[in-house]
Amino acid sequence: MQVQTHVDIHSEWGIVAARQAGRKLAREIGFGSVDQARITTAISELARNIYLYANKGKIHIEEVVSSGKRGIKVSAIDQGPGIKDVRKVMEDGFTTSGGLGAGLPGVKRLMDEFNIDSELNNGTTITAIKWLR
Amino acid sequence: MDSKIQDAIFQHQDEIVEQWLKEIRKFRTEDSLQNITDTMYENTNREFVDKLFSTVKNGEDTGQESLILFTERLIQLGWPLNYIIRGLQDFRKKIVKTLSNSGNEQYQSLFFLQEIENWIDEIVNILVNEYSGSWENTVFLQKMALKELSAPLIPVVDNISVMPLIGMIDTERAKYIMENLLHGVIEHRSEVVLIDITGVPVVDTMVAHHIIQASEAVRLVGASCILVGIRPEIAQTIVNLGIDLSKFPTKSTLKKGIESALELTNRKIIEFEG
Repeated sequence: MQVQTHVDIHSEWGIVAARQAGRKLAREIGFGSVDQARITTAISELARNIYLYANKGKIHIEEVVSSGKRGIKVSAIDQGPGIKDVRKVMEDGFTTSGGLGAGLPGVKRLMDEFNIDSELNNGTTITAIKWLR
Repeated sequence: MDSKIQDAIFQHQDEIVEQWLKEIRKFRTEDSLQNITDTMYENTNREFVDKLFSTVKNGEDTGQESLILFTERLIQLGWPLNYIIRGLQDFRKKIVKTLSNSGNEQYQSLFFLQEIENWIDEIVNILVNEYSGSWENTVFLQKMALKELSAPLIPVVDNISVMPLIGMIDTERAKYIMENLLHGVIEHRSEVVLIDITGVPVVDTMVAHHIIQASEAVRLVGASCILVGIRPEIAQTIVNLGIDLSKFPTKSTLKKGIESALELTNRKIIEFEG
């Protein structure tokens, strides 16, 4: 059975809700406490990016099964301004908001699979998967 | 909506808007919106009535969407629920009144309804006020309680203070942390401050950024900061995220932090013999 959760992000409380939903599903799938922390942190980064840059959007969290492997898939979808230079945002230390600039490259390292789909002025979709080992 | 009524409403749009604005201005003098400036109030009223008219125009789709956005903004700014309700009731009254005064016989019977509605609306207002007043009060009190709990700085021994952080850190709380930290460091003449993050469930880049900034500020006022309570899984996520905490003394537990803080201030804990 596949479980799917949607969380709307339009305030900082949405970030917390997404995080909690992610932690719950990660625990149910059977991730250990370190991976739970990784997944929750990744969701936190993605949700915060939505809140910070696009004002509102959605986080989808679902269980995925592929060739016998189980995993958790996190999608962050917004209709915000889009990312101008995708290669640049994946560099450590690049930031437009005065933060640490570790968010997106950090998420990539926290998760196993990572994909950005962004169109300028048309929104961004980021998907990340963590497989259960 | 019936296109005849739609037309009639639009025909009298200016009149309705004018009367509605007059009515809603009265509302302000008798209620709690005193801390909002005149222009702000006037602009919001205009926007509100524009949004209401746009729902007449488009039927369902776009008008409602923008009305929701508008209310979301009002909620964030803390406008009371009874503003919306009063506004809507007055809007309806003005429409009915204008249409029934327009001479068209079709609308004459509306006048009876209006009488009954005035009476019911009054009761609705009172009850909604009671309810929302008590909600607003509860939320306000909880917010205050949370604020008091959010970033305490505890002086444990001379020159050493501890700030235990529990729960999630948002932008507002990060501000309190910074303020309390700097204020407390000066008030208690602390030389070392321990920030304990045992109770923080997720340390993402924003939380790390705030902690780094706070400790940098503490350094500027002449004290030093030790980050304690880093759980193993948090340590791993910090490394994965690539956050550089190397400039920052860290310890796994509060106990070890206090020991090294004592060391920094040339003291140590000795056990008595016998």
